[in-house]
Amino acid sequence: METIWFCLVAIMIAMYVLLDGFDLGAGAIHLLVAKTDAERRQVLASIAPVWDGNEVWLLAAGGVLYFAFPALYASGFSGFYLPLMIVLWLLILRGSAIEFRNHIQSAIWAPLWDVLFCASSLLLAVFYGAALGNVVRGVPLDASGYFFEPLWTNFRLGEETGILDWYTILVGVLALAALVMHGGLWVQWKTRGAVNRRAGRVAGQAWGAVIALTALVTAVTLRVQPQVALNFRTWPWGYFLPLLAVAGLAGAGWNLVRKNERMAFFSSCLYLVGMLTSVVFGVYPMVLPARNPVHALTIANAKAGAYGLKIGLVWWVIGMILTAGYFTFVYRSFAGKVEAEEKLQDSWGE
Amino acid sequence: MDEALDVHRLHFAFTVTFHYIFPQLTMGLALLLVYLKTKALRTGDEHYNRAARFWARIFGINFALGVVTGIPMEFQFGTNWAEFSKSAGGVIGQTLAMEGVFSFFLESSFLGLFLFGEKKLGRVGHWWAAFLVWLGSWLSGYLIVATDAWMQHPAGYTLGPDGQFQLASFWGLVVNQWALWQYAHNMVGAVQTGCFVMAAVGAFYLLTSQHEQYARTFVRTGVLVGAIAAALQIFPTGDLQGRMIAKHQPPTLAAMEGLFVSEQGAPLVILGQPDVQKRRLDNPLVVPRALSFLTYQSWSANVKGLDSFPEEQWPDKIPLLYYSYHVMAGLGTIFLAVMVLAAWLLWRGTLYTSRAMLWTLLLCAPLPYIANTAGWMTAELGRQPWLIYGLMHTAKGISPRVAAGNAWFTLLGFMGMYAVLTILWLFLIHHEIERGPEPAVAE
Ligand code: HDD
Ligand code: HEM
Ligand code: HEM
Repeated sequence: METIWFCLVAIMIAMYVLLDGFDLGAGAIHLLVAKTDAERRQVLASIAPVWDGNEVWLLAAGGVLYFAFPALYASGFSGFYLPLMIVLWLLILRGSAIEFRNHIQSAIWAPLWDVLFCASSLLLAVFYGAALGNVVRGVPLDASGYFFEPLWTNFRLGEETGILDWYTILVGVLALAALVMHGGLWVQWKTRGAVNRRAGRVAGQAWGAVIALTALVTAVTLRVQPQVALNFRTWPWGYFLPLLAVAGLAGAGWNLVRKNERMAFFSSCLYLVGMLTSVVFGVYPMVLPARNPVHALTIANAKAGAYGLKIGLVWWVIGMILTAGYFTFVYRSFAGKVEAEEKLQDSWGE
Repeated sequence: MDEALDVHRLHFAFTVTFHYIFPQLTMGLALLLVYLKTKALRTGDEHYNRAARFWARIFGINFALGVVTGIPMEFQFGTNWAEFSKSAGGVIGQTLAMEGVFSFFLESSFLGLFLFGEKKLGRVGHWWAAFLVWLGSWLSGYLIVATDAWMQHPAGYTLGPDGQFQLASFWGLVVNQWALWQYAHNMVGAVQTGCFVMAAVGAFYLLTSQHEQYARTFVRTGVLVGAIAAALQIFPTGDLQGRMIAKHQPPTLAAMEGLFVSEQGAPLVILGQPDVQKRRLDNPLVVPRALSFLTYQSWSANVKGLDSFPEEQWPDKIPLLYYSYHVMAGLGTIFLAVMVLAAWLLWRGTLYTSRAMLWTLLLCAPLPYIANTAGWMTAELGRQPWLIYGLMHTAKGISPRVAAGNAWFTLLGFMGMYAVLTILWLFLIHHEIERGPEPAVAE
């Protein structure tokens, strides 16, 4: 049962990365690909109706984590106290920027929000990557099941780590590159004209960086977290997962050259899924590795009561069917490219 | 340790109180938007659609603030209340996760369609989008109230071997009797906020002679729905909340009412400042025997005062609790009076020209916010010293490793951030009101 929930939480986090990933990526390249006000509206219009729904995947994943693995939620969230709060502040800034930018026409209003939107998206991508890096590297959990990490110590791996060290920053940079590629492909797919061209170019450049960084991070990770190699040796079918990532990356490059915008975006989705599942597979059955392996949180010692997990499965399935329905409907309703002149409907009357 | 406890409490109280400023309007307006869209659909009158579009813009701004301030809430159980989360997550995590899965997805998906898709959806489709946004927001209200209700009145759980609470009955958690009444009362409060705000904007336009046709719709809708809500707020929902407290949290009731000594035929206090040290009220102004009657339907019933309970069971901030409760109940009475009077003038046909009444409606706009906040403060302070009533003390629930210094750092960060958000919110809402509803096309 707890393995099922482990997989379900992983699926929800993967959905979050795929969906919010493209709007984060779109934010990170906002200033780069859109120069004029009309172009910037185009980028925003490509995500405006969906970004909040995408972000709900984070909340829903958090909620599910909370009830399925309460001890993990408690330990992880209080241990990562500072970076989480910073993430929350960035989410506040970013949400405000998306929602408020187009409410007022003024020479200083929109540019301010554009910069905030871009900066907060960028930093979020790095922080998410660093968070993942922390989970893989392991944290200083002790017998009480808790830990606390400052933002940084000496940036080295060792006894007294902080949230940011060279390894987690490296993962953060990879996350940024991957989401820039992902967002670039999304923007390319959803827009026309100059924005479309620039987004394609940025995605192409990011693609190169992603290849290099993926190789580097993979090599380093195998040394930082020995469990990963162990798991792949124990269950060789797991090699399938990194292969997905490679296939996705190859597909993204191929389709980018062929100008097949839709497929390029979906290939990038495949890459992200492959990467995330590989990581999850690599740390299983731990959910939070510890410096001292005895204290690691695993699915067995972090799980909630059996009855709750069983009942949860019932409503989770119903809820996800409904959600899949809404998302299909919403994405269908906003299918196709956004037009340069098409203003958000709510700004009539100017 | 003690300082950490205080900071964590303040941290949570500050962020959740700020958050709740927005959902109360969201939930109230969502209902009124469905009303306007229904009118538009039934009468075929474009006027109602344009009125709805105006409120949809305000709704959108408000909703966005609700979202950005809501996300931190979801995380703070883990960041600041780790011990509590570890013990109770298996139970209350259910309702919180369901809120994400069932209501936030629904709400956020259809809000996008509601705001951006009117042309694409057509008339009926757009009505459905409004309806589903309403449904999502009210469902979200229910699930969060059910979460809170479990902390007030735990049900449907067992104690697991490792000292953690485990779910034992799903329906026991989800249809906790406490949740049903708390929800009813809370939602009526949200509707009041929506009504007062709508009526106030209408009154403002009438007083300044702008958009008069819309203004009448706003004032009429706000006053009619508001009068019903103001009545329901007190009876039966407020009354029942009070009786639930009397039954399940008697020390809380005594503290709310400022009743230090048990009494046969206890009075209802209207005014007076509690002095906890001397255990008495200064300059009390009371209605004799009324409290006994309201709680137990008998003028001479015995109501337990604080002296009937050991001091460790007393809520720890009695004066604040007492004032919160009195502010809420006092404002509730005023709202009923204002709304009934306005409805009467409406019926007489003089409301739109009665400047005094329009001024009153305009000035009342902030008051439901105060009442709702005071209501939550009553509930949460009244629960003290328990985090989960009768089961876990608040002091036992905080994150053991998050030092007071770190909690101060983030609390101050939130305060700064939220100060900016408040200014933005007021500025944007002001801007929308200034811009006004779409001018009726000259026919
Ligand atoms: C516009 C808002 C509003 C107004 C006018 C009132 N209330 Fe209220 N009240 C709320 C908004 C609210 C609330 C915010 O919705 C609370 C907080 C928690 C809850 O469930 O509802 C609440 C809680 C609440 C509680 C429970 C506190 C607890 O759980 O410990 C009681 C006993 C009352 N109310 C009673 C009343 C009475 C007798 C009122 C009228 C005279 C009244 N309320 C007016
Ligand atoms: C489902 C909703 C809610 C839950 C689960 C909840 C839970 C909590 C928790 C865990 C605390 C900290 C522990 C404590 O000091 O008791 C708390 C405190 C508090 N909450 Fe709530 N809360 C909810 C809704 C609200 C709302 C909507 C408000 C106000 C508008 C509110 C106002 C407060 C206040 C004022 C405190 C501080 C009490 C004190 O310092 O003694 N709560 N609540
Ligand atoms: C601890 C308590 C609370 C938590 C954890 C919480 C969590 C959240 C979150 C995460 C959102 C954003 C959803 C999105 O992205 O679409 C949100 C919005 C919302 N919340 Fe809360 N909330 C709390 C208290 C309350 C209370 C007490 C109510 C009402 C009774 C409420 C009602 C709503 C509603 C209706 C929304 C929709 C957006 C809006 O109104 O602006 N919340 N909440």
